[in-house]
Amino acid sequence: MRHIISILVEDKFGVLARVAGLFSGRGYNIESLTVNVTERPEVSMMTIVTRGDEHVIEQIIKQLRKLVNVLKVRDLTSFNHIERELVLIKVFVSQKNRGDLYNIVGTFRAKVVDLTPESMVIEITGSQDKLEAFVELVRPYGIIELVRTGRLAIGRGARATSDMDKPKGPANL
Amino acid sequence: MKASGEMLSGGEILIECMKKAGADLMFSYPGGSLTGFYDTLFDSDLRHILPRHEQGGAHAADGYARATGKVGVCMATSGPGATNLVTGIGTAYMDSVPMVIVTGQVVTNLIGGDAFQEADIVGITRPIVKHSYLVTDVKDLARTMTEAFHIAKTGRPGPVLVDIPKDVFAARTKYDGGGEVSLLGYQPNVEGHPMQVKKLLKALEGAKRPVIYIGGGLVASDGATEELIKFAESANVPVVSSFMGQGGYPADRPNWVGWLGMHGNYASNMAVMEADFIVAIGTRFTDRSTGRLDRFAAKAKLAHIDIDPASISKNVRIDIPVVGDAKNVLAMINKYMPDFKWDKNSADREGWFKQVMAWNKDKPFSYVYSDKVIKPQYVVESIYDVTGGEAVIATDVGQNQMWAAQFYKYKYPRQLISSGGMGTMGYGLPAAMGAKIGRPDKEVFCITGDGGVLMNIQELCTCVQYRVGVKVAILNNRFLGMVRQWQQLMFNKRYTDTCLECQPDFVKLAESFGCVGLRASKPSEVKDVLTESMKITDRPVVMDFVCAREENVYPMVPPGAGNDEMIIR
Repeated sequence: MRHIISILVEDKFGVLARVAGLFSGRGYNIESLTVNVTERPEVSMMTIVTRGDEHVIEQIIKQLRKLVNVLKVRDLTSFNHIERELVLIKVFVSQKNRGDLYNIVGTFRAKVVDLTPESMVIEITGSQDKLEAFVELVRPYGIIELVRTGRLAIGRGARATSDMDKPKGPANL
Repeated sequence: MKASGEMLSGGEILIECMKKAGADLMFSYPGGSLTGFYDTLFDSDLRHILPRHEQGGAHAADGYARATGKVGVCMATSGPGATNLVTGIGTAYMDSVPMVIVTGQVVTNLIGGDAFQEADIVGITRPIVKHSYLVTDVKDLARTMTEAFHIAKTGRPGPVLVDIPKDVFAARTKYDGGGEVSLLGYQPNVEGHPMQVKKLLKALEGAKRPVIYIGGGLVASDGATEELIKFAESANVPVVSSFMGQGGYPADRPNWVGWLGMHGNYASNMAVMEADFIVAIGTRFTDRSTGRLDRFAAKAKLAHIDIDPASISKNVRIDIPVVGDAKNVLAMINKYMPDFKWDKNSADREGWFKQVMAWNKDKPFSYVYSDKVIKPQYVVESIYDVTGGEAVIATDVGQNQMWAAQFYKYKYPRQLISSGGMGTMGYGLPAAMGAKIGRPDKEVFCITGDGGVLMNIQELCTCVQYRVGVKVAILNNRFLGMVRQWQQLMFNKRYTDTCLECQPDFVKLAESFGCVGLRASKPSEVKDVLTESMKITDRPVVMDFVCAREENVYPMVPPGAGNDEMIIR
């Protein structure tokens, strides 16, 4: 089963390698990984999408918690949360089909961020399903290039993502 | 010790932090990146042991740590010095040995440029350390060293590596003593939860065939043995151990059954097979201990006490987890035990205890003695006799290791020093050296083979230089015995490259190092050689026991089989 795991880490030397290496060394799979600073500059949030049965996920979480620079680990899968991903997609355009593409962009509430007589770069955010549907729609026009971030996730409500079982407020470190 | 507030160099800070952490010696080999630090050492009273290979230094620090419970410290220069430590670090990691490893690194501004003797040792060792640091500013050094010692010895112990560039050793800063350790992401849970402990006792109350199963984690928890003796004997529960758990419950006490697993004794394996409740303490349930997992403890409910939550339910599903330090949790068990009023002497429990002990009597470890050729088991038995069962035993890996475990009975924790997890050949001699340096009051024997001893034979030189009187007993069968045994049993005796026909004259080799060399070629000479060795205390003694060549280790659980499918002989 697919799990989305939020990992709050200290922004210390080598922390990404420690987390990523744990997954590769123990044979766990990473479907997507994002990392960046949070509201606190000394703390980063990693969001990892992985797959495994209940036993594997339990081990992943326990092993992550053993890393000295890992502050909090939360499997968001069972909590009410929002997932987002961003895609930048460069497609061929012509005078003839530009209007059609603008229609699709409008329908999906995407954005055109670069336009030349023969190409267009579209920015779109959303859930994985939405992005995939969008990509399939523009594919026939000819995709020159596609880049996407990994998945981000945040818990709903007034509690911090890493403290979904705690009272409201920022993460209690 | 230097006062806080003094201006010190990185090298001086390292030494101060070691002293503050109670580490009064290091096993270290110099090199380019460490030249400045070695100049600092010149004026220091810190004890420095120069191994003859960095790997020997790492194993010696490991042996020292296992024998004393203190943090072992080893050090090597950048590049090849550091990579030579890797096997030693991995060995310590697998067996949860507290160690601080300091590596020299090239000058900060050369890092990443493939400089002379540059290696990314933090990257190389990342999967085999508990934690690691690269110190790029001398201002961070004191805090880093303080954290490194703290992390190495607390929680589930393990090796911590600190990589220090050459210029950081030389740079000066105001020494602040390192401050208090505050690590948000590292707060091991050592106490144990009373509710879980009560659950465990409730389950024990209803058990008819209970077993206590201890591992290396119990040995590592100082003071746990006393609490275990109280618990096991007042609750009338038989005690088995993993290979690493030996010594955690004294083998001369009434509830001792033996150690289980691939070459463990029949009674221990059967006890776990037939038990209806197992209290596992500080053990990892590795493949060598459990055999085929779906047959392991199939009839039992399991409680598991461990300081590492990730060890619980990793390989075997646990019904009652208790996270905490073995000693603390056992003390809590002993405290609550009077609240549970079960009949520990009920017919069921008495019958079970007798049954387990009967298995032991029926099928103990055994071998066929010969008066023509020396049986390796006889050598180990004789070492036991000559040392009164009191010696610290370090082993290599393979047959010698198994016989050292089968025919020496361990009476106290930290008595058996052996690479259980990693199974590192070449570990025995340097580990024995480290153990003897840590416990000069003890007789220390290295039980090794003719293969393993050659892997770090250069440490004899170190032992001679520092007058470390270890006794090295080589069970010499001119074979890589354990692999040969597998070739015999599983590959139709096709002995590919396991036959060590070409080997040095170990007596002359020992003498050339300045050790005493002795040899026994007949069973009647074994005791004499051992007795002779006991008279020599100022030098290592190397004993070449010319043994039966194709002796096998039994019992044996074939790989992939259940522990009840042992080959007895």
